[in-house]
Amino acid sequence: MYGWLWRHTPGPVAVRVLILAVAALAVLAVCFQWVFPAVSPYMPFNQTTVGE
Amino acid sequence: MSGETVTEPAPPSRREARERRGGRVRHTVYGIVGVIGEILITLGVLLFAFLVWQLWWTDVVGNRAQAEIVRELPFEPVPTATPTAGAPAGPVIAPPRRDEPPVMAEPPHATTFATIQVPRWDGEPERPISQGTDRATVLDVLGAGHYEGTAMPGGLGNFAVAGHRTTFAKPFNRVAELQVGDPLIIRTTDNIWYVYRVTSTEIVAPTDVDVIAPVPGDPGAVPTERMITLTTCHPMFSARQRFIVHGVLDYWAPVADGIPAELAGGA
Repeated sequence: MYGWLWRHTPGPVAVRVLILAVAALAVLAVCFQWVFPAVSPYMPFNQTTVGE
Repeated sequence: MSGETVTEPAPPSRREARERRGGRVRHTVYGIVGVIGEILITLGVLLFAFLVWQLWWTDVVGNRAQAEIVRELPFEPVPTATPTAGAPAGPVIAPPRRDEPPVMAEPPHATTFATIQVPRWDGEPERPISQGTDRATVLDVLGAGHYEGTAMPGGLGNFAVAGHRTTFAKPFNRVAELQVGDPLIIRTTDNIWYVYRVTSTEIVAPTDVDVIAPVPGDPGAVPTERMITLTTCHPMFSARQRFIVHGVLDYWAPVADGIPAELAGGA
């Protein structure tokens, strides 16, 4: 999977590292901004109310 | 004759041919196992990223957002004393009032109507209290939440408030430091101070709704006191139980009269 990604990213090694690093950061940013906040209320780790 | 001889590759034996066919299957299996392995590692990284988001980023965002909410509340400015020859300009201390306090009506859901300050939590900012206790619209976004249907600040019964102990700016992170007699200072958008005093703390199961009843622990009883109750998770990083703080109203004062002595670095 990642090997496929590496082989199909253009450029010399340094450029490929940069492109994939930026892509990874972009995925993380999407997670932080949308995915994690959407998932968070369903995680049972920090319920603070009584009666649930 | 000397010279190099090119040896033809020997025809594959039956065992080698079987291995070559088996090799393709083995290659595919290894390929699948490799993808599964990479997916598992990816999930592990995402889980770690979620923890980082939960335990750090929500605090960063929450502190910023809650500070702005408090700044934008329609609070009257607190009067300051004019400086005289012997005394520097400073806040006026409001004289405590122990007569019947004004009680505001419950606002619509997700409305911020008060703030809480706890002198025992040295360094903690004023935290907003908003109507409602669901996570998606109040606790994760607006700070502490007021249990709907419970008393409002100064009201007869139990003014019950929930707040995060970790994550989302963790307004109730330091509940365990509270001692009996500590002031809990509420300021409402009606511009009234309500100073409550801690009377007890307890650790209960999450299903123990009695702690937010008008008379805590006694659901059917008619309230005669003006109490406050804070609820949050316990232990610190778990939601297994709830940490409960009970308090009773000590006095109230209009903001126009000054600030409570407890906020001025006094008792």
